Amino acid sequence: MLKRFVLLLMLTALVFNLTGTVLADNHEGEYGGTLIYAQGADADALDPHMTTLGNSADVIVNVFDGLVRFKSGTTEIEPALATDWEISDDGLVYTFNLREGVEFHDGTPFNAEAVVFDIERQLDSDHPYYMEGSYPYAGFSLGMIDQVQAVDEYTVQFTLENPYAPFLKNMAMFATMIVSPEAVKEYGEDIFKNPVGTGAFKFVEWVRDDHITVEANEDYWDGRPYLDELIFTVIPNNQTRLLELENGNVHVMEGLNPTDIERVRENDELDLLEAPGLNIGYIALHNEKEPFDNKKVRKAMNYAINKEEIVEYLMGGQATVAKGPLPPTIWSYDESLEGYPYNPEMAKTLLEEAGYGDGFEFTLRTYSAPRSYNPVGARLATAVQQYLSQVGIDAEIEQLEWGTYIEEGKAGKHTAAFFGWIADNGDPDNFLNVFFNSANRGSTNRAFYVNEEVDQLLAEAQQITDEAKREAIYIKVQQIIVDDAPFVFLNHMKMQIPIRKSVKNYVLYPTNNKYFQKVWLDQ
Amino acid sequence: MKKMFSYILRRILILIPLLLAISIVVFFMIHLIPGDPVQIMLGDKGSEEDVARLRSELGFDQPLHTQYLKFLGNLLQGDLGRSIRNRNPVIYEIRAAFPATIELTVLSMIFASFIGIAAGIISAIKQYSLIDNLTMVGALLGISMPVFWVGMMLMLIFGSRLGWMPISGRISRVTDLEVITNFYILDSIITQNWAALRSTISHLILPAITLATIPVAMIARMTRSTTLEVLNQDYIRTARAKGLSEKVVILKHVLKNALIPVVTIIGLQFGSFLGGAVLTETVFARAGVGRLLINGILGRDFPVIQGAVIVIASFFVFINLIVDILYSYLDPRIHYS
Repeated sequence: MLKRFVLLLMLTALVFNLTGTVLADNHEGEYGGTLIYAQGADADALDPHMTTLGNSADVIVNVFDGLVRFKSGTTEIEPALATDWEISDDGLVYTFNLREGVEFHDGTPFNAEAVVFDIERQLDSDHPYYMEGSYPYAGFSLGMIDQVQAVDEYTVQFTLENPYAPFLKNMAMFATMIVSPEAVKEYGEDIFKNPVGTGAFKFVEWVRDDHITVEANEDYWDGRPYLDELIFTVIPNNQTRLLELENGNVHVMEGLNPTDIERVRENDELDLLEAPGLNIGYIALHNEKEPFDNKKVRKAMNYAINKEEIVEYLMGGQATVAKGPLPPTIWSYDESLEGYPYNPEMAKTLLEEAGYGDGFEFTLRTYSAPRSYNPVGARLATAVQQYLSQVGIDAEIEQLEWGTYIEEGKAGKHTAAFFGWIADNGDPDNFLNVFFNSANRGSTNRAFYVNEEVDQLLAEAQQITDEAKREAIYIKVQQIIVDDAPFVFLNHMKMQIPIRKSVKNYVLYPTNNKYFQKVWLDQ
Repeated sequence: MKKMFSYILRRILILIPLLLAISIVVFFMIHLIPGDPVQIMLGDKGSEEDVARLRSELGFDQPLHTQYLKFLGNLLQGDLGRSIRNRNPVIYEIRAAFPATIELTVLSMIFASFIGIAAGIISAIKQYSLIDNLTMVGALLGISMPVFWVGMMLMLIFGSRLGWMPISGRISRVTDLEVITNFYILDSIITQNWAALRSTISHLILPAITLATIPVAMIARMTRSTTLEVLNQDYIRTARAKGLSEKVVILKHVLKNALIPVVTIIGLQFGSFLGGAVLTETVFARAGVGRLLINGILGRDFPVIQGAVIVIASFFVFINLIVDILYSYLDPRIHYS
């Protein structure tokens, strides 16, 4: 009897054991643990609408949700706080059906009223919680909205002033994520440091210039995140940050020096995640000023600069060569583009034809410090100067302080100047319309490029929602632009994120925001 | 005593015109350096309307002297304004950052004083010996080495290779500490959180040594030369002639007299400490006034720069006052009138 009992016990144990193993295998990841992510600078505000800073956005995307979101690692759209949506045939009315039973972290129910409140507090200067000059992104992300209204508790409707196809992408941006209306009322002007969203993590504390802590939202509508706690810590020095990653005191970091790439690759405990980024670095040639009002000169500039060498050696392989205005990973990129491979002979011929056989002089403006689309700062200008001198073009470098640099760049005081762009919403409109719409001269059209055909095509692409038709238009625009060469197309930076091997399921997003909802730690 | 009191009062009153002068210099200086905070804040993506709107919101569209008077008016009411970059009241930012720097500076000062004075005295007593030469070469190195580099080296050796010391932050990121005064040492003692205390102190050691390298060298050199000077004085010969032991001569007669100029150096070094704190706090990722200031300057965050400089200047003046008072204690020949 006893024997049998023991046997039974053993069998039961075995079965449990087996199911345990099976369960563990089915399991995507391990729950628990604290992940520390090291940033180079502190956030400035944690209200999604009050910042344009990447370091803030990285925290925001983990604490808040938008109506829609980017599919993991892409710029494609999938449901988030809205379960589905309809777009009217004229492209003017967007109706979102909202997810039911979702609560903000403070217990406020999420519904259509909350969405309307959060949009109106940014757009309507008569709204009781509107704060003058506080919403740097609202013009770009919400400026096309004529009206937003709650149709019923879980249906919200946006009416646009004009059809604007990228609207849905805007709704996935960090800047349009929804904040708890009760929190806005409670914290008033301190809402920027008291983030209350519906996201995977709840805000715990923010110690200025040191760290921001968030903890798992047990009731998250998309399933509790694996991590118990997530800490965004600030380590300003790139070397110190890497040492802390090597020491195991942080798990993921941003901002790797080009010279440290090999060091990370050789370390058995680290992985280097890489993906092409949605950005571009370029030289804006002022198309209304001599000699860049001449298309042949602009083309010659493009042929004269050896971009392969620049990305390979100067940028340490952290970038790829730009063949046109769009990064290759964006939807509607024209694969057939050849761009301007290095060809100094062709450059000389073009200059000859343009009447500049003896070359010319011009002032090339640059900023000094590295920027996210240019890891070497002003050294890029020196390299370009060298290449140009070989075809007889004499570039005099002028270096300006960043604030003045942008101000004068917008005003068009340059003849040629270095700029760059990082995608906001992953839509080609966010590159092509920004750079080449003649209406954007004085702000983001820094080449002062005017082409009526391009203007028309861009307007048309904004107004149709059929993706295939839009794609055809954008391919055409790219061909025109590359042929017109209003820029010297330089480089696209790769995203490079070193992580510890114990970090699992970390996915790079093209918008370069850091999402931790599905990340887990192998402890 | 009464004289002393009126002296202190006078020194404090002098602070008023001094701070006014500082506020004028700082205000106009930062408005003269190129760089528009609004452009920097809104960056590449801000439209002209956004820029204009924010500029008027922040009052930057008004004439400079109007802006200054407004700033001064607020200052007199104890309001340093709000940071442009992150909207926090400047006073809150300073209150959060200052304790970190004070902890670092004071510990560093203690290191520098003890080691510097000890090394200086030993060098002086054993003048031209091997130990003297080594100390002075060390002092020369200490003055010449860039703070940034010293920090990185200490970090590599003691933080990474040997793994003895933490290298970034004020406290371990996974240690919980209830923050009351923002002085982490004090807070951990108040809450009897010994793990936090250990963590805070271990996080202070490498940065404090880094920050101490230049002052320790200066103090050692100064102590050595003043000690040598005092050793040649008649009263030292008298003391020795009286048959006092060398230990008593050095500790009682030499040290007290040699230290007077050293105290001045220590007081003045507080100024350079704040400069060093900018670098040390950046390398060791400590959230202090140095970092606050450098971020303020880079982002042209005018209210933060003004506020931080005024607080630092007041602090500096205050330290100097203490030094002057210490004088009269150390050297009764000095009288205040």
